[in-house]
Amino acid sequence: MLNLLVIVMHTHLQNKPFTPTPPETDPPTDIFSEEGYTVQTPIKHPSLHTNILEPKFNGIQSDEELDLFAGKHIQPTNHTNSGALLEEEEHGDTFELNIAVTNPEKMGDGMNAFMTYKVSTQTSLPAFRSKTFSVRRRFSDFLGLYEKLLVKQSLMGCIIPPPPQKSVVGMTKVKVGKEDPSSADFVEKRRAALERYLQRVVVHPALLQDPDVQEFLEKEELPRAVNTQALSGSGFLKMINKASDAVNKMTIKMNESDNWFESKLQEVENEEQLLRRLHASFDSLVNHRKELCSSTAMFAKSVAMLGSSEENSALSRALSQLAEVEDKLEQLQQEQAFSDFFIFTELLADYVRLLGAVRGCFEQRVKAWQRWQEAQSTLQKKREAEAKLLWANKPDKLQQAKDDITEWEAKVGQSERDFERISSTLRKEVHRFEVRPETSNLLHKEKCRDFRHHIVKYLESLHRTQHRLVKCWETFLPEAKAIV
Amino acid sequence: MTSISQDGDRDKLRSVSVDLNNDTPLLIDIPDALCERDKVKFTIHTKTTLNSFQKPDFSVSRQHEDFIWLHDTLVETEDYAGLIIPPVPPKPDFESPREKMHKLGEGEATMTKEEYTKMKQELEAEYLAVFKKTVQVHEIFLQRLSSHPAFSKDRNFQIFLEYDQDLSVRRKNAKEMFGGFFKNMVKSADEVLISGVKEVDEFFEQEKTFLLDYFGKIKDATAKAEKMTRSHKNLADDYIHISATLTTIAADDNEAFKSKACISNVCVCVQKLEARVASDQELKLTELFRYYMRDIQAAKDLLYRRARALADYENSNKALDKARLKSKDVGQAEEHQQQCLQKFDKLSESGKKELTSFKARRVVAFRKNLIEMAELEIKHAKSNMSLLHACIEQLQSN
Repeated sequence: MLNLLVIVMHTHLQNKPFTPTPPETDPPTDIFSEEGYTVQTPIKHPSLHTNILEPKFNGIQSDEELDLFAGKHIQPTNHTNSGALLEEEEHGDTFELNIAVTNPEKMGDGMNAFMTYKVSTQTSLPAFRSKTFSVRRRFSDFLGLYEKLLVKQSLMGCIIPPPPQKSVVGMTKVKVGKEDPSSADFVEKRRAALERYLQRVVVHPALLQDPDVQEFLEKEELPRAVNTQALSGSGFLKMINKASDAVNKMTIKMNESDNWFESKLQEVENEEQLLRRLHASFDSLVNHRKELCSSTAMFAKSVAMLGSSEENSALSRALSQLAEVEDKLEQLQQEQAFSDFFIFTELLADYVRLLGAVRGCFEQRVKAWQRWQEAQSTLQKKREAEAKLLWANKPDKLQQAKDDITEWEAKVGQSERDFERISSTLRKEVHRFEVRPETSNLLHKEKCRDFRHHIVKYLESLHRTQHRLVKCWETFLPEAKAIV
Repeated sequence: MTSISQDGDRDKLRSVSVDLNNDTPLLIDIPDALCERDKVKFTIHTKTTLNSFQKPDFSVSRQHEDFIWLHDTLVETEDYAGLIIPPVPPKPDFESPREKMHKLGEGEATMTKEEYTKMKQELEAEYLAVFKKTVQVHEIFLQRLSSHPAFSKDRNFQIFLEYDQDLSVRRKNAKEMFGGFFKNMVKSADEVLISGVKEVDEFFEQEKTFLLDYFGKIKDATAKAEKMTRSHKNLADDYIHISATLTTIAADDNEAFKSKACISNVCVCVQKLEARVASDQELKLTELFRYYMRDIQAAKDLLYRRARALADYENSNKALDKARLKSKDVGQAEEHQQQCLQKFDKLSESGKKELTSFKARRVVAFRKNLIEMAELEIKHAKSNMSLLHACIEQLQSN
């Protein structure tokens, strides 16, 4: 547990904060400059209100499950630092791994087009062949990685971070080649989401050691992961599996020997539901703000037209002035939209998916328990069969029965061990997920302060907007009064 | 059933300036209205010094259909062809808030109690706003009629004001509705034909071009303004949801409680902020545009009638020429021609007066509304600023 903590904190300290800067071309030199973590701003306003969410990269590490705001780069306090260093010395190896996803590029044409992203890794881990390397990957590669990990690790009880979701609409727009801001937006969102996804994967110690992950980061060419396509055979298989899982959940009730799991699951489910709601509200907020921008722009144009056809000249001037005011308002609205938790919404979505993955792990555990129970009942049946044979005195079949029993005893033992292992790993994982480091007190207070600081900044930006509104209207007023 | 009584607020709500002389012989207002499901019953109160009325002070109850009847009879009266007839007030439309209320009811289970209450309050406020607007619009219609020298003396208008029984006799039945629809179609076809008629008077020529163009633009502006106001309202509603969810989350998590509770206060403030801006815009700007769109339509109708009269006059001229050629019914044709000429002249004269005063009226109304809107926006922005400031102080002191 301590081991995990160390690694977790150390990699965390390496990561840099995420601030919006205007997009730049990928400099050939240091891929881990600020640029690696920036988000392209959709609007090129110089006076951007700072993004109040400088999110944690490794969302898993939130101190409190719900405290998403406190994402800033953690100023390594002396306390933490020394703690980490101490641990390092004990264990003797430092490891560090930084990942960036940059440079989306469109390859191919028409409906067969796809975006590739440059995945760059910087590491000192011995497992990798070099210190710095990068490969190009496409979206289905990321999904493929997830599928592989899911199959392997879910049996162990690990929480696998889920990748960003498929989006047919978004991708079609990009494929068709529309050079409009919404598709640029979409690509940027996806890039950022993929980056966060990878960062979560590598921060998990077990996953980092997984050969599939290493291959993903290193190998030049990956075989195309076809089973991630929605309309493939495996796609259908997945759907069927999901359906049967749902049925299973409803029918079989597990005897929970350990209440901890039950209460935790409940917590996770509640939190997921709440956050889902919050995400939906924020999403709708951002969308409505954008809608308001566009309708204000249209209104401004319409008023300008009205002003131009007005015969009374003073009124005409006033109306055109009104149009200008509305236009300015629209710009203000746009800026507001950006600081309106645009990125926060993304992170919320991430977090909701993560919670879903956590829930998935709990379900895996239940399945393991079911397998164990089934093995036990089969063993029981075999034993009964043996007893019957003994009683019926059929020695030839007896040997077979005895073999069966031995086989099933082994299976029971195996599945019990599996179950125990999953349970304990799950416990650890959940703890890691909601890690509250013992050094938390200081950090925690800082986090609260940070968080409040962000809110204050947001309110101040709102305040400034109102102030500018006043100025706008005040310039309009004399024009209106001058109408004769 | 909801009822409201008009009070001093009424003046603030008025989006069109109506010139009421203080010593007017006829004062009308709508002090009260009742809303029963779909129907709104207006209480119309009249104070008069005219002898043509039986009592100096009386009230009657009228429904929207009665207003439509009144408007239609005025339109159909030949004598008023040269006047701009005030546009009929639009039907009270509670569809939108009712639909929202329905949706809210359906979604009740998914919301917290507070959220539900707040949304309900917002909806009720919206409902009330629609209600107030419709009363105001009906009132203005009557007041324009009463302040006009010709309309105030109209017999039907007096019946409308005075007859203390139900006017239900004269509602349109299906046949008349269809007839009305048909008439409208004929009219629009006619308008197209008439627009080809040569205009002799430059004043009217200018007016026609201007009004046609302006009408299109103002219609567009109204639609866009409505859309904008709607988006604004949606935005304000979102803040309610966010604030509610955050409060729920905060309740679960004690440590961040204070901060989260602060944020949800913030959200509430912001929501009020946005909602106020939206309703200001709606009231002043959108209503203004809407009203004048209808008024311009009425002015266009006047122009149409005049053009129709001109066409008739020209036709009668042609008929007269033909009659003279044939030497048949000359007298009759001459008489007809004289009538047409008279009618046309009368229309032209009163039309000119009306249109000029309309122009002046419009400019004054625009000015008033634009000033009021700007002042309201400034006032609200300033109060929002102080609200935000208070929030910031509170957060920083914690």
